[in-house]
Amino acid sequence: MKNLISIEEVDREAIEAILDRAESFAEVGRRDIKKVPTLRGRTVVTLFYESSTRTSSSFELAAKRLSADLVSVKSAGSSIDKGESLKDTVATLSAYDPAAIVIRHPYAGAAQMVAGWTGAAVVNAGDGKHEHPSQALLDVYTLRRRLGALDGKKIWIVGDVLHSRVARSNLIAFRRMGAEVTLCGPPTLIPRGIEELGCAVTHTLDGIEEADVVYALRMQFERMDDKFVPSLREYAAIYQIDTRRLGPRQLLMHPGPVNRGVEISGEAIDSPQSLIAEQVAAGLVVRMAILYELLAGRPERPAAFGDEAAAEAGAPTIGQPA
Amino acid sequence: MSAQNLTEMLDVREGAPADLVLRRATLLDPVAGIDGVHDLVIRAGRIAELAAPGEADAGDAEELDAEGLHAFPAFFDPHVHLRTPGQEHKEDVETGTRAAAAGGFCGIIAMANTSPPISTAADIAALREQARAQASVPVGFTATVTVGMRGEELTEMVELRQAGAIGFTDDGLPIRSGRIMRRALQYQKLCGGTIALHEEDPELAAGGVMHEGPVSASLGLTGWPSVAESTMIARDAALAAYEQARIHVQHLSATESVEVVRAAKAAGVRISAEASPHHLCLTDEAVRSLDPRRFKMNPPLRAESDRQALIAALRDGTIECIATDHAPHHLDEKEVPFEQAAFGVTGLETAFAALHTELVLPGVIDLGLLVERLAGGAAPFDLPRPTLAPGSEANVALCDLGAEWTVGEDGYESRSSNSWCEGRTLTGRVLVTLAAGQVAFRLRSFSLGVAS
Repeated sequence: MKNLISIEEVDREAIEAILDRAESFAEVGRRDIKKVPTLRGRTVVTLFYESSTRTSSSFELAAKRLSADLVSVKSAGSSIDKGESLKDTVATLSAYDPAAIVIRHPYAGAAQMVAGWTGAAVVNAGDGKHEHPSQALLDVYTLRRRLGALDGKKIWIVGDVLHSRVARSNLIAFRRMGAEVTLCGPPTLIPRGIEELGCAVTHTLDGIEEADVVYALRMQFERMDDKFVPSLREYAAIYQIDTRRLGPRQLLMHPGPVNRGVEISGEAIDSPQSLIAEQVAAGLVVRMAILYELLAGRPERPAAFGDEAAAEAGAPTIGQPA
Repeated sequence: MSAQNLTEMLDVREGAPADLVLRRATLLDPVAGIDGVHDLVIRAGRIAELAAPGEADAGDAEELDAEGLHAFPAFFDPHVHLRTPGQEHKEDVETGTRAAAAGGFCGIIAMANTSPPISTAADIAALREQARAQASVPVGFTATVTVGMRGEELTEMVELRQAGAIGFTDDGLPIRSGRIMRRALQYQKLCGGTIALHEEDPELAAGGVMHEGPVSASLGLTGWPSVAESTMIARDAALAAYEQARIHVQHLSATESVEVVRAAKAAGVRISAEASPHHLCLTDEAVRSLDPRRFKMNPPLRAESDRQALIAALRDGTIECIATDHAPHHLDEKEVPFEQAAFGVTGLETAFAALHTELVLPGVIDLGLLVERLAGGAAPFDLPRPTLAPGSEANVALCDLGAEWTVGEDGYESRSSNSWCEGRTLTGRVLVTLAAGQVAFRLRSFSLGVAS
């Protein structure tokens, strides 16, 4: 695996390899000294064009736990603010010869484009409403620890599917791991034609008792340029996962950050069925495993992209007369 | 109103009229009923005779050995963006018409959504003067329907027509208000000129970057649904019927739109329609690549069933012409994530070769139909149809149907490289184009052997 752009490109075997690796990092995390020297001397760049708490902090901590040098760039306060294009920003950061670039961007396909401009391994930390593969991996990891395997499990993904990259990546990953997926949400927030990805679609919570796992999505107000439901009150009345609707043997997940009292009630978040805190913990070890998979097996200097390496070889050494 | 020559209404850089004999060319002009091997004799820029193969007396004229090559009436593109004034880093009259000539086109109509848009008689006059200095093929310039394309008030349509505007369009944008649309159609009675329409309900299509369907669902891209096009066509067809006006619907993309146009024609509405090569060859599956340079355009690429509906409409005449919607963009506007990229692809240089490769060679449509539809864009603007009939102005595309070439390998005549065919290997190439009686293009690598 050279990049992690889309969960679509990762087969079941590769998913399991990453999750097994994550298990071993979980063991490291229980030690007093939580750092391993695996990526010592390598540089990891995180490039975030959108706000993030969980994803950015866990990727940054993952890089540090693996002893990589970390450069963390956020759009606010950087040259991106001054109107620099994505291509130019990537060219600038690539000049530091990073081993990996972790990018989050508000538009679909950004990570894929970046991969075409850099020799570094590229990790998609969310591109618009398209994909969020590391989230899918950490969710599968969390469920695998709880359930053993996902084969034959019924997973309901509930809420704002239209604006959710998590829904798309998780749908693909859950199915690949053998689960049956049902998407549930108001008709205005379910994209037309999504059932062709191999899932059931329903517009009410009727039948949710069959679900082994209920995965609630956040209402993505930041991506809505319109009112998709008449009111949050009505939305919550129909779709909110609360302790009345959540059975004792059902598991509850959410990618965070939660709109408390909208998609999930406060009590449900804090209920024993809730895996939300475990998901966050899984985020760290799974992201360590992703960086490890992409970088540990690769040569120190990723095969020169373009001719920089050749140009460098021919250039006079510093201190010698040109 | 019926002109004999394109240059009566369009502008071109004047050069020497061609004197040329195409020896043993396979001629095909289905509308004129010409189909067979002849010596095509062009004298003083006009088609002088179709002589028996090898029999024509060339006199002083240049002779080309055209054995095994096809000569068609040159093509006419009613939908081109020349980007001038204001965006000459993308295209201008010189490069755009060179691209047209290289694609076998003998005439084009330029859209008015420049920067600023073409809304005054002075704009039209300036462009016509530029065309007389720079254009390789005749160009007609449209003016906007509404001032600045703002959709609020009509331009001075009479004065624009007097200055030589070939028609009117706010292409790039729909005319949002039914009231303004109706006024334009009423006013057409006074000024004449076809009104060409980019049909898109801006409310229904808001934010859309690709066709709405399973592919947009899986990519997480906002959909631009087919019905946003068909409902606007339905509105405007009804208004055209009510006002007995004449409209031309641009770049049809969806099954529903075809059905609306077909029904309107059956009801006697004066409506014509075009389809683009990319909508006839590609579907939204191409967008899975997330490559905006080749696959982001407006209207978007749609489903296979839509593509089939367009092909059927091309066959039955519901769509009478092919228009490239040649929309050059600088790479800076295309080397960005899909949603941020500019809409549009270039098409002049590849239209014939792409359609020949994708539709004629597999047997989807026959060559005669393609040739007829590629020249069909003149009629909606009351221009004479290019023809090989003796006596007419020489508008000829000489093509090698067996030539394979890779698009972009030798660069482009256009200033922009956002071709939807970039990197594709196509079969069929334009070797020589005659436009308004002049040699507008010769492929550099085509050795012009003297026929024996």
